[in-house]
Order: sequence, then C-alpha cells, then structure tokens
Amino acid sequence: MLFTSYEFIAFLICVIILYYVLPSRYQWKLLLAASYVFYFVSGWKNCFFILLTTGSTYFLARRIDGLHREQAAYIKEHKKELSKEERKRYKEKIKSRQWRLLLTGLFLNFGVLAVLKYSNFAIANLNFGLSLLGSQRQIGFLSLLLPLGISFYTFITMGYLIDVYRGKYPAEPCIGKLALFVSFFPQLIQGPISRFDQMKETLFSEHSFDSREVSFGLERILWGFFKKLVIADRILTGVTTIIQQPETYNGIYVFVGMMFYALQLYADFTGGIDITIGIAQTLGIKVQENFIRPYFSKNIAEYWRRWHITLGTWFTEYIFYPVSVCQPMLRFSRFCRKHLGDYAGKRMPVYVASLAVWFTTGIWHGASWNFVVWGLLNGIIIILSQECEPLYARFHARFHVAQKRWYAGFQVIRTVLLMSSLRMLDCYRDVPLTFRMFGDMFLHSRVSQLFDGRFMSLGLTVSDYIVLIVGTLILLGASLAGRSGSLREKLASKPAPVRYALLYSLFLCTLLIGAYGVGYDSSQFIYNQF
Amino acid sequence: MDEILTILQDLHPDVDFESCDTLIDDGILDSFDIVTIIAEINDEFDVKIGAEQIVPENFNSAEAIWELVRRLEDDE
Repeated sequence: MLFTSYEFIAFLICVIILYYVLPSRYQWKLLLAASYVFYFVSGWKNCFFILLTTGSTYFLARRIDGLHREQAAYIKEHKKELSKEERKRYKEKIKSRQWRLLLTGLFLNFGVLAVLKYSNFAIANLNFGLSLLGSQRQIGFLSLLLPLGISFYTFITMGYLIDVYRGKYPAEPCIGKLALFVSFFPQLIQGPISRFDQMKETLFSEHSFDSREVSFGLERILWGFFKKLVIADRILTGVTTIIQQPETYNGIYVFVGMMFYALQLYADFTGGIDITIGIAQTLGIKVQENFIRPYFSKNIAEYWRRWHITLGTWFTEYIFYPVSVCQPMLRFSRFCRKHLGDYAGKRMPVYVASLAVWFTTGIWHGASWNFVVWGLLNGIIIILSQECEPLYARFHARFHVAQKRWYAGFQVIRTVLLMSSLRMLDCYRDVPLTFRMFGDMFLHSRVSQLFDGRFMSLGLTVSDYIVLIVGTLILLGASLAGRSGSLREKLASKPAPVRYALLYSLFLCTLLIGAYGVGYDSSQFIYNQF
Repeated sequence: MDEILTILQDLHPDVDFESCDTLIDDGILDSFDIVTIIAEINDEFDVKIGAEQIVPENFNSAEAIWELVRRLEDDE
C-alpha cells in the first residue's frame, strides 16, 4: 500500500478519524493495529519477520535491563563489604552476560537481514569467482522474500537494543508499545530511523484534537504529495529513458540524466519523509527531521549532516565511535604513531572507521557493487577533504573568499555536482558502465546534442518540462524561504484568504498536474526498496 | 586537569578550553577530535572510554572530560 495510492489515503482518513473519536487511552493500541493492518496488506508473510525482530528484541532488552537493575541493587546492598576489586569483577561478570545477550540480538536480527538481502549478491560473487577459476559449476540463486522496510525497522530496533545495553534508558516493559515503535506505519517503510527515547513520549501519550497541529500535519502531507506526484514521478520517465539506453543517451545526456536523477531523488525521498512527518504530526506524534536543505551544503561532510540525518547519526553512534575507540583500534593507533609518526597515528583509526561506516552505508542501500563503490567513494572524498583542510584554509586566507556570497554559491554548486556524479552509481546497471558514462560525459558532451531531437524523445512533453521547471522553482523558493524559519508558521500568520488560496492552489496543482489520474500506477518511493 | 587541557590545546590552540562549555554543542570538537582525545586519554590515564560514554554532556568542556576520566578511574 503506497503512500500515494487511493487505498492508503482512505486508510489514513479512517485511522485519523478513529484516532480522535475513540477514547484517548486506546490511541496507541489503534496505531498498533493500524500499523499491522498496513504491513499485513503489503504481504502477510512479511509479518513473521517483523514479529521475530520485535519479540526477540523485547525479551533480550528486558533481560539486559534486568541485569542493570540486578547490578545496581547488589552493589547498593553490599556497598560496605565489597572491595573495589570485587566490585569491578562483579561488574565485569554482569557486563559479559549483557554483552552475550546483545550479541545474540545483533546476530539474529542482522543475520536475518543479511540472509534475505545479501544472499544472492554473495552467490553472484561466488559464481564470478568460480568462473575466474575456470570452474563450470554455478550456484543457483535463492528465491527469497525481502520484507518491506526490513532495513529500516532492523536498524530502528537494534539502535534500541544497543541503547538499553548501554544503559541509556530502561527497556520498555509493554511489548505492545515496543511493537508499535518498531512498526509505526508512517515510518515503517522509509524511515526516518527514529530513536526510542526521542519518540516514546509522543508516541504513547494521549492526544486530544489540536486543530493547529492537525492542519500543520495536513499541510506537510500535501507538500510531500506535491513533491512526489508533480515532480518525482513526472521526471522518472526521463531518468529511466536515459539510464536504460546508455548507447543512445550519451555525451551531454549523461549530465542531463545525472541532474534529473538528483531532482527525482530529492523530491521522492524528501516528499516521502514530508508525508511521514505530516501524518505523525496529524496524530500529535513527533518524528525526527531527516533533511535540512541538503542541496545548500558547501561540502560533502556537511551534505551528509543534512541528508538522511537519522541514518548518518545511527552509523556515527553505533559503528563509527565503537570501531574508532575499541581497544584493537587504539592499539593500531599506537602502532601507527610508533612507525609512521604522530600525524598518521592520530588519523588512521578515524579513517579506517570512516571507511567501515561508508562501506556499511553503501551496502545498506543495496546489495550490489554499485552501492559499495558509491559508499567507499563518499568516504574517500570526505577523507581527502579532511586532508586538504589546511590547503583550503590557506587559500581562503590568501584570497579572502570565505565570506563572499559568490564563493558560497560556488561551493554549493560544486557539492551538488559532486554528489550527483557519485549517484550515477545508483543509476547505471554496473560499475564499469557507470565509469564509462562518467568519462563519456566529459569527453563527448556538446551543447548542440540538446537540439538534435533526443531531448524531446525522453518521454517528457513540453508541458511536462514546463511543470518540472515551475515545480523546481517552487521547491527552490520554499527551501530559500525556509532558511529563516518554518514556512508553515509563516503561512499561519497570513490572513486566512491568502493562506487558503495558497493551500488550495497547491492542492489543485497536485491533483490536476500530478503524475496521477485514472489508470495511473503511481511509482514506488525509491527508499521503499531499501 | 592540566593533562586534559594540554590534549585539547594541541588539537585547537585557538580555543579557550578553560572557559568554553559548549565544545560539542557549538561544533568546536568534531567526531575526528573526539576519537583523538579518547586515544590520548587512553594513553595518558590508562582508562577505557567506551562508545557509550561519547555523549555531548561528557565532552562539552574540559571540566566534563576531566570528570569523566575521574569517574572511570574510580570504577577501574
């Protein structure tokens, strides 16, 4: 059930009405039931995996939390008779039991994700290895079900389990509430990757109807639909035509495809998250923001702090820091300092951990070498930028450009182009083809190619191009206006006729010129596939 | 405390670490700095700072870092 389908809209209206009509103590239970209905409709077999993740995490987290409490009670009771050494040994014993429980949860849940998502990728690589060795033997691919949103809910749930292990907050005693956190339908299939401590307060509390919150939520949903239906789904045809016919659409069309995809991905993913956050707000629930105008970033590191924020912070907290400060890494740091000097000794652990994070980020996005190379290239560029930092500082000091507006504009455009180039790996079917097309863009691009008839055969009509240009300008204008504060707050302060005229126009635009209508099959959100 | 200040000054000589208590909140220390500080503390004080201790309140000031080290020394 896609967010943009008629079924989902009907489902959502029913949920919102029931949510505010039923006694408020039943609200979270209604959301749990609605989430499972939503998930069941997407494929009943999917439910087994989410139930396994929820159940195993519930019991393991409760046991880990129980050990935290057991330890605190024991130390309090025997405070006077325990020596420092005995206390330390006791804590280590408890920690070791908790660690085993945590590992069980991580292996089980990431194991399920790995088997379902990466088995065929591993088999394809094994087959390639066998053929290189001259073997005729080929392993058959497995027919595996990939449950919708498994990458998202596994990360959400494992973040919760690690937090309980770290003692950040106690385990949730009610399995129904944990099940709702894991399966909350607006964020189930494309995130954000929420944290339990940030969400539980509004997710489980009782909400009375707040017209301001509901109207803000509906406005956000409408904005998301506009991005998805008017822009992302319209430009999809052009992107697909270019990337599926690389021999026809070469030269400057590689650049056109690259920029079309940058726009499509932005409108699609941020539009989906707008719908998610808007639905949650309509229900009085606060979901973390996942984007802060990412295309205004001045470098890639900043871009990744503003794009898919919850994924980035998940990797930083649960992979980057643990890998960087683990004892083997600190020993490696000392080894580098001894043999390569202080400079390398300090940087090596951070760089190794960064590459581990970027490898994981890549493989999280998809089981293919395209995503692995994409992830590693992001990491390498960030590391190179870090190394070049002193050079940049000298350049800025020498030419006094750091505060100039034109230079900031140059940095923004450079970052957009760089990120869009890397994303070509999302588009083309394999890594060699991507690099070939990237080279072709530089070697064979001529402006005259835009007028040789191919531009108008991308599957987009003149009116589509006009809609896309106007839609992009609206997106840009909204982003620029949003820099000085919430657009919906600004809109709310306008006189009612102005406010309603604007909202009605947006609604009409989405309804009339959205890539929609009778018989139209709205396309899946890109991030639903992860 | 002096050892902590020396480690921090080596990283960012231009920051007044004795008075600043928003090192993380204001983005003065990034993840790269945090990992470097932890490696230095590990050598200097022989305490293990785990990933779970990497939260803003433990790294927002030299005083907070010093408190963290003392707490871990007590534990160990």
